Amino acid sequence: MVVGAGVVGAACALYVARAGLDVVIVDRGPVSGGTTGAGEGNLLVSDKEPGPELDLALLSARLWTQLAEELGEFIEYEAKGGLVVASTPGGLTALERFAGEQRAAGVVAEPVHAEALYELEPRLAPDLPGGVYYPQDRQVMPALAAAHLVRASGARLLTGRTVTAVLRKPDGTVQGVRTVPGDILAPTVINAAGTWGGELAALAGVTLPVLPRRGFVLVTEPLPRLIHHKVYAADYVADVASDSAALQTSPVVEGTAAGPVLIGASRERVGFDREFSLPVVRALAAGATRLFPFLADVRAMRSYLGFRPYLPDHLPAIGPDPRVPGLFHACGHEGAGIGLATGTGHLIAQLLGGKTPDLDLAPFRPDRFPDEEGE
Amino acid sequence: MTERPHLAVIGAGPAGLAATVAAAAHGVRVTLLDSAARAGGQFYRQPAAELNARRPQALHHQWRTWERLRDSLARHVDAGHATHLTDHHVWFVERRSDHFTVHALVGPAQEDPVEVRADAVLLATGGYEKVLPFPGWTLPGVLTVGGAQAMLKGSLAVSGRTAVVAGTGPLLLPVSTGLAAAGVDVVALVESADPKAFLRRTRAFAAQPGKVAEGAQYAAQLLRHRVKLLTRHTVVEAHGDKRLEAVTVAALHTDGRVRPGTERRLACDTLAVGHGMLPHTDLAETLGCRLEGLHVHVDDEQRTDVPGVWAAGETTGIGGADLALAEGHIAGRSVAARLTGAVPDPRGWATAAKSRTRLREFSAALDSVYVPPACWTDLITDDTVVCRCEEVTGGAIRKAVTGLGAGDVRTVKLLTRAGMGWCQGRMCGPAVAGLAGCELTPSRRPFARPVPLGVLARAGEAEDDEHR
Ligand SMILES: Cc1cc2nc3c(=O)[nH]c(=O)nc-3n(C[C@H](O)[C@H](O)[C@H](O)COP(=O)(O)OP(=O)(O)OC[C@H]3O[C@@H](n4cnc5c(N)ncnc54)[C@H](O)[C@@H]3O)c2cc1C
Ligand SMILES: Cc1cc2nc3c(=O)[nH]c(=O)nc-3n(C[C@H](O)[C@H](O)[C@H](O)COP(=O)(O)OP(=O)(O)OC[C@H]3O[C@@H](n4cnc5c(N)ncnc54)[C@H](O)[C@@H]3O)c2cc1C
Repeated sequence: MVVGAGVVGAACALYVARAGLDVVIVDRGPVSGGTTGAGEGNLLVSDKEPGPELDLALLSARLWTQLAEELGEFIEYEAKGGLVVASTPGGLTALERFAGEQRAAGVVAEPVHAEALYELEPRLAPDLPGGVYYPQDRQVMPALAAAHLVRASGARLLTGRTVTAVLRKPDGTVQGVRTVPGDILAPTVINAAGTWGGELAALAGVTLPVLPRRGFVLVTEPLPRLIHHKVYAADYVADVASDSAALQTSPVVEGTAAGPVLIGASRERVGFDREFSLPVVRALAAGATRLFPFLADVRAMRSYLGFRPYLPDHLPAIGPDPRVPGLFHACGHEGAGIGLATGTGHLIAQLLGGKTPDLDLAPFRPDRFPDEEGE
Repeated sequence: MTERPHLAVIGAGPAGLAATVAAAAHGVRVTLLDSAARAGGQFYRQPAAELNARRPQALHHQWRTWERLRDSLARHVDAGHATHLTDHHVWFVERRSDHFTVHALVGPAQEDPVEVRADAVLLATGGYEKVLPFPGWTLPGVLTVGGAQAMLKGSLAVSGRTAVVAGTGPLLLPVSTGLAAAGVDVVALVESADPKAFLRRTRAFAAQPGKVAEGAQYAAQLLRHRVKLLTRHTVVEAHGDKRLEAVTVAALHTDGRVRPGTERRLACDTLAVGHGMLPHTDLAETLGCRLEGLHVHVDDEQRTDVPGVWAAGETTGIGGADLALAEGHIAGRSVAARLTGAVPDPRGWATAAKSRTRLREFSAALDSVYVPPACWTDLITDDTVVCRCEEVTGGAIRKAVTGLGAGDVRTVKLLTRAGMGWCQGRMCGPAVAGLAGCELTPSRRPFARPVPLGVLARAGEAEDDEHR
């Protein structure tokens, strides 16, 4: 049984069902009602430094490509590629060095000199020194992706049911969950509760320090295709790995199939604060208009926010919880859960099917944090 | 002269005008902002001649009230105690540590920013029309009742037309009589409410002799213009090739279902539909004001739960122009007292408070009577376009709900794009909620108006620099 009908729960359901198991998905809300419905759907390798997250991203990218053959048109899949630009010559040197390390880890990263930049994106601000092109970066519509992965899995979907307890046998092994209208029994419970994964772990009596990291996205009026790739400024990279709680915005700007341009996302640690913040959204708008001056006259229609699930070391928790036999975790993917969903689901299915997982899961061990509260 | 405290009033309808006049008369400097070119809101904005022409004699007190408000506003403007900013589209109200900044857009394309700082804010943004879809509702010739009323402004163009007015709610009556008075042949007023429901609430209505008399006058007008009143009826479909040619109406069972065999076709070239009004709550929501159901929650002084923010009129609940006036007056007096450091004395506005109580009871009674037919979602066929901006059909929405696990307006929007377009779901929200089988809840719209990114990128920056 999977708790959470976000993109991660949906991917778990799909791969586990395809491994031949019977799957039930439970969510307190509708499908995609959590962070998945508030995310952007960038499937990025470009923003990841070499290491376990990049390995998971590359595995996931391969799996998304396979899924796209089956579901691509339903989930607005686009293999559009990412273009990371530097704003200063110094920034370009740093970016190229970073790209070199990524290449060594298996990423396709092509340096782009100044003139070529404007062939890829004619509307970019003038006088940018250059950038790097990442053809493996791509895009899905997250809410549709989750919904169609669930549908394709054939799993039973129970929405509007809050899990209030994890049921355990006298010997401590999991035997199901309690929900408001009744108990659901299953020998395996997969915690795909995203930002609320820590709460679910607590219901099973274990600590998993998942915390929220707020993000705003800006959506413009529909436009003809004027921006062709995912374009963002190089400082984004430093941002993702950063440990500072201060506001940092470095907008990814991109056109969508439906017309609107998406600008996002900001990153702040302010708990579950839903209040609109003008300074944060202003910074997004400023960043986007700096990259693409023509956007100054384009209207923002709306802005939405979500809370990324993050763990103190910025890696997700994937795998069995040795403290509670039968409990598996698949949560804490922070700002990359859409991208990393397929790999996560695939690895969980391999574990449940008794296979050796394609990746070493040690860095993702759910019990890697001390039992006291994380931060 | 000491500097007066400063109130920003957003919305120059009955509520905003009454508040402006009351506050300015009691020691406050008021800036009144409205997106329209003239004051008056939904109710008083109609051209004078038309208001005079189409209103039955005894309703002329409304005309006199309007003249009084308009003249007082002019006096306060002349005295320098009020500023009326027309054509100002407020997109955001920002709460700062010791004041508020109202962000508006001006200019022919609404692209130039204006920022107004104030000590307090009154939200008097009124409401917007609710329309439930049915097959054919997107045909040219089908309008909202508000749209039909606007059409009356060019009165010359309307006479000679044949119209049906349909839906539910108290607005159908004045619009029918207005159209008839302007020379339109109003074939029928199709109201889904059950007249018996009125009898069940006689006490609430009897407490409002004025309102009942108003209703009776409208009824008499209908008779005089030979408008057929079809209660417990609904429009099931609008027909036409390139534009509206006819509608099919049918009678309703007591349980709200269409009675088979009662369908009949009425030829017409205009159909005005309306299912009531919904409060504008975007600015309040973004300020963090608590909402109650679909409207802004206020206390006896019309204060929201955010200090320094008041709300009055239809943004706090739909109830008609007189209620908006009473609430606006109370809000203006309360703001004046609170901003000048006096203890507010509710005795000063006892009359307004009394009529507010009465009118709220009256509108609650109306609400319980004027309800769309229970079966209204059945009327939406799979190929009926529900979201006009993004052209999403009833069938697509049903598929998202039953096939993909969408359970509320937000996930239907994410899975189908219904509500993502220019109107941001204001139009299709109620229908989507109905099809998803959930309550309509206010959706979050941080920007009350679309705002150019160039403006957004600098909004409030000047102030921040001052503070540095
Ligand atoms: C602004 C923003 C932009 C982003 N952009 C991107 C991007 O471009 N690319 C990318 O890869 N990622 C992006 N992300 C991150 C991504 O959205 C998340 O990592 C991802 O959605 C997490 O998915 P999930 O399935 O783990 O969680 P969720 O989608 O939150 O799903 C968890 C589900 O669990 C349910 N649940 C929780 N507790 C219970 C309970 N007790 N009982 C029953 N159900 C429960 C919730 O209702 C929820 O539906 C972005 C995030 C934000 C906020
Ligand atoms: C067709 C129709 C017929 C009606 N007939 C009657 C009747 O016969 N009797 C009766 O009692 N009532 C009638 N009403 C209802 C009446 O119009 C309302 O009750 C009344 O106008 C409410 O007053 P208000 O001040 O709350 O809001 P409104 O009159 O709606 O005024 C709100 C003002 O706020 C402005 N505004 C909103 N948002 C912004 C923004 N973001 N920036 C700047 N400005 C903004 C709008 O431009 C508007 O001028 C009718 C309404 C309609 C639509």
